[in-house]
Amino acid sequence: MKEEILFQPLKDLIDGLSEKRFSSVELTQTCIDRTQACEPKIKAFLSFDREKTLAEARASDERRSKGQTLSELDGIPIGLKDIFSEKGQPLTCASRMLEHYVSPYDATVVSRLKASGMVCWGRLNMDEFAMGSTSENSAFHVTCNPWDVTRIPGGSSSGSAAAVAAGEVPLALGTDTGGSIRQPAALCGVVGIKPTYGRVSRYGIVAFASSLDQAGVFTRTVSGAAQILQILCGPDLKDATSARRPVPDFCAEMQKNVGRRWKLGVPEEYFREGLDSEVKQSIEAAIDFYKRQGYLIQPIQLQTLEYGIPAYYVIASAEASSNLARYDGIRYTYRSPSAKTVEEVFARSRSERLGPEVKRRILLGLYVLSSGKYDSYFYDKAQKVRRLIYDDFQKAFQSVDAIVTPTSPTVATKIGEKSTPLSVYLSDIYTVSVSLAGLPALSIPCGFTASKLPIGLQLIGKPFEESTILSIAEAFESQHDYWQQKPPL
Amino acid sequence: MDKKYEVVIGLEVHVQLKTRTKLFSRVPYFFGEPPNTLIDEVVLGLPGTLPVLNQAAVLKTVAVGCMFGCTIARKCKWDRKNYFYPDAPKNYQISQLDQPLCSGGFVEIELEGAARNLQGIHRKVALNRIHLEEDVGKLTHFADESRIDFNRAGTPLIEIVSEPDMHSPEEVFAYLKSLEMHLRYIDASDCDMEKGQMRCDANVSIRPIGATKLGTKVELKNLNSISGVCNGIRHEIQRQICVVESGETIVQETRRWDAEKNTSTSMRSKENAHDYRYFTDPDLFPITLSEAQIEEQRRSIPELPFAKQERYFNELHLPYTVTSVLCPEKSLSDFLEATLAIYPKNPSASANWIANDLLRECGHQPLSASQVTPQHLADLVRLVDEGVLSKQNAKEVFVEVSRTGIPPQQVMREKGLEVKIDHDALQALCQEIIAAFPKPVAEYRAGKEKALNVLKGQLMKKTQGKVPIGALEQALIACLKG
Repeated sequence: MKEEILFQPLKDLIDGLSEKRFSSVELTQTCIDRTQACEPKIKAFLSFDREKTLAEARASDERRSKGQTLSELDGIPIGLKDIFSEKGQPLTCASRMLEHYVSPYDATVVSRLKASGMVCWGRLNMDEFAMGSTSENSAFHVTCNPWDVTRIPGGSSSGSAAAVAAGEVPLALGTDTGGSIRQPAALCGVVGIKPTYGRVSRYGIVAFASSLDQAGVFTRTVSGAAQILQILCGPDLKDATSARRPVPDFCAEMQKNVGRRWKLGVPEEYFREGLDSEVKQSIEAAIDFYKRQGYLIQPIQLQTLEYGIPAYYVIASAEASSNLARYDGIRYTYRSPSAKTVEEVFARSRSERLGPEVKRRILLGLYVLSSGKYDSYFYDKAQKVRRLIYDDFQKAFQSVDAIVTPTSPTVATKIGEKSTPLSVYLSDIYTVSVSLAGLPALSIPCGFTASKLPIGLQLIGKPFEESTILSIAEAFESQHDYWQQKPPL
Repeated sequence: MDKKYEVVIGLEVHVQLKTRTKLFSRVPYFFGEPPNTLIDEVVLGLPGTLPVLNQAAVLKTVAVGCMFGCTIARKCKWDRKNYFYPDAPKNYQISQLDQPLCSGGFVEIELEGAARNLQGIHRKVALNRIHLEEDVGKLTHFADESRIDFNRAGTPLIEIVSEPDMHSPEEVFAYLKSLEMHLRYIDASDCDMEKGQMRCDANVSIRPIGATKLGTKVELKNLNSISGVCNGIRHEIQRQICVVESGETIVQETRRWDAEKNTSTSMRSKENAHDYRYFTDPDLFPITLSEAQIEEQRRSIPELPFAKQERYFNELHLPYTVTSVLCPEKSLSDFLEATLAIYPKNPSASANWIANDLLRECGHQPLSASQVTPQHLADLVRLVDEGVLSKQNAKEVFVEVSRTGIPPQQVMREKGLEVKIDHDALQALCQEIIAAFPKPVAEYRAGKEKALNVLKGQLMKKTQGKVPIGALEQALIACLKG
């Protein structure tokens, strides 16, 4: 079976299985072979379990032969960022702290994938505990961008984006706290969507910043993303913050929306200094495309843009400092062998096994939450800023259906190029505000630089209106062939 | 106690709520199970787990708040209290910092009376707040290692914080007894301190009599029984008086009480106090309660023990020796009221049967295990009142009823204990006595009712106590009037 299939839209895989042109085992084996061929260069995976995966594929084929498929996605392989609990599988979050931890239960999203018959393939690399946007914070190795292996793939869902881009797996789950799906999707030239906060259950996803974390999906095409989202979204009794509202049929909504001319807002603040000129050109060309299609393009203002990064780092770090406190050397994590007292178990285990970026954010979080700082400076103020950012978007959405921006100010940078934490933080400037506001957003490939590096277009929607941004994205995708391009591996 | 100083005490009492499952997971909790058997991934705080609120715990807390006259919050948030300790699975505890579910209110206490049969003084101790939080696990220290049992982790705890409104170890004792009684009364908790279902920290300070400013407080921990609390506080008061008397100043600190050595040691000073870095828990939405939900809990509160005691004094004319037994135990006062609903004529007799005989028969078993029903007791009291059964024989009947559940009438008949009165002979006896004792007869006929007792006594002597007093009295009066 040719690996070509792994670069096709999800629909082709579904058709191939249902028309029995190939089996799930064949498809899965193709993934495994492709993964083995690519991994020396890409290093998207932290671990994989061939036998488990092939057993799942065999079970799927058996169901199909009896006419008992669980869904049309039965037998399709999907990769998981190493932050999703899968029963019996390692769950490291790319941290030495959890190097030998095996999760005893399935995350809600993993249960849902399995209930649809999907085959989980591998544990994908990430920045440690999802803190970072390059994969350089992974405790194990750096993942390389399939378009140029000397460059970063983005992050923190680095392995998910790179594996889909390289055709190692047709789909992958990621999480997005401040841009961790959208930014690597843009840098690797694939589709990445982060639904509205609350749309997808967080149960079983290792928490970084609870009020921001949201699971989403990487795919080659927009319609594929819609299909997987359909499985992932919906209320979950195990997550009190999951939205108790019905999920529309995304694909049907997209069908209905074909040919519809939307009103798109273009925030001028997102096109100022710091934006790479090639990226800017490409985004403007995309906006121009929409204009030619008869969309109404409206300049809008999102003046809170510059406050997004500081507010985000206060809130996310505060929550992280508390969420990561449980990795203490007492129960299931690494324990420092030299520790003699309880205090030493805590201090040494954490000092020895948490990476520098994780420590930096924990320290920042502890500081902003400490007494005297909480009200007067940081946490309280950051929450107020968050409210203003939300209001800013709400105001904009009174006159437009969606907002279009660059996903990242630059294309993929060289591994090791960004030397200060701040320069890395700033690469999230266009994505963090959206996370703070809890809005749905996606990134689609919208062009390449002269040196053939992918560029991503971000579409931001109103709360719970994933269908709208999916429809707008598909309108672009159907008239362009960026998604069909294959990285030179 | 030294008369120069006034003692000021506030208590923080943690009480384990009796709910079917834990506060944020659907795992049950029972005391005494093998270690680490009442756990799941949420209780252990494994990576990726999330809390989901057990609404029953919230409603039970609201009920407690209603019972103590607190103001119930319509909306309140959850906060994380962050600190590292091996018994805390997440190294933070989900609690309520500045928006407690219940605020204000008071606990009525009854101080010990001058004698066992005398009711003591009642007063109200003001409450600051009651909030809900999750419990942590339990550490056990061995010679060269410590082990953690997470069974208790995540069980709902309410923290009842009093105002600094108590002034003696005796008041503290009465307060804890009252809390225990009330919380058991509405089945909110079993309040067994031995089982850790009730835990208490005390804030103690002294000040010169007449001073308005509070003295420096010392927090006492590890007070593991009600008497331990009182002993610890008594010791702390003396310690503080000694410090002040020797010209030194009290240091604000937390001290650990050692019940065995009858002394306390300093755990940490104010400078080393924890910074818990509280913030709103992002995994949980605020609790919201409708007026109707609160009202439903308020309506569920039964008549409370002290109010019931007052009513028993006033309406039923029961003595303190009986009310002090029946009122604190809802099952006992319920039994009395069910009995009186069937036979309301002699509350004193019914109450005495319950407080003495029924309790004795039950031993350590709960009342529900007894075979005696209110119907049985009502029948028994009626039989005695009607002169069909003598008091003496009634005791025997009661024991049989409580062991077999056979109705008293049947027991009485089967055992042949029913009073058989030869009315003619009795009348003849009455005439005989009336003739023999002209003086009391004349007095009685002149309106001095007490004179009847002399005649009754003679009649009892003649009948050797075999005829119930009621029947004797009836016959005697009939003859006197006839």
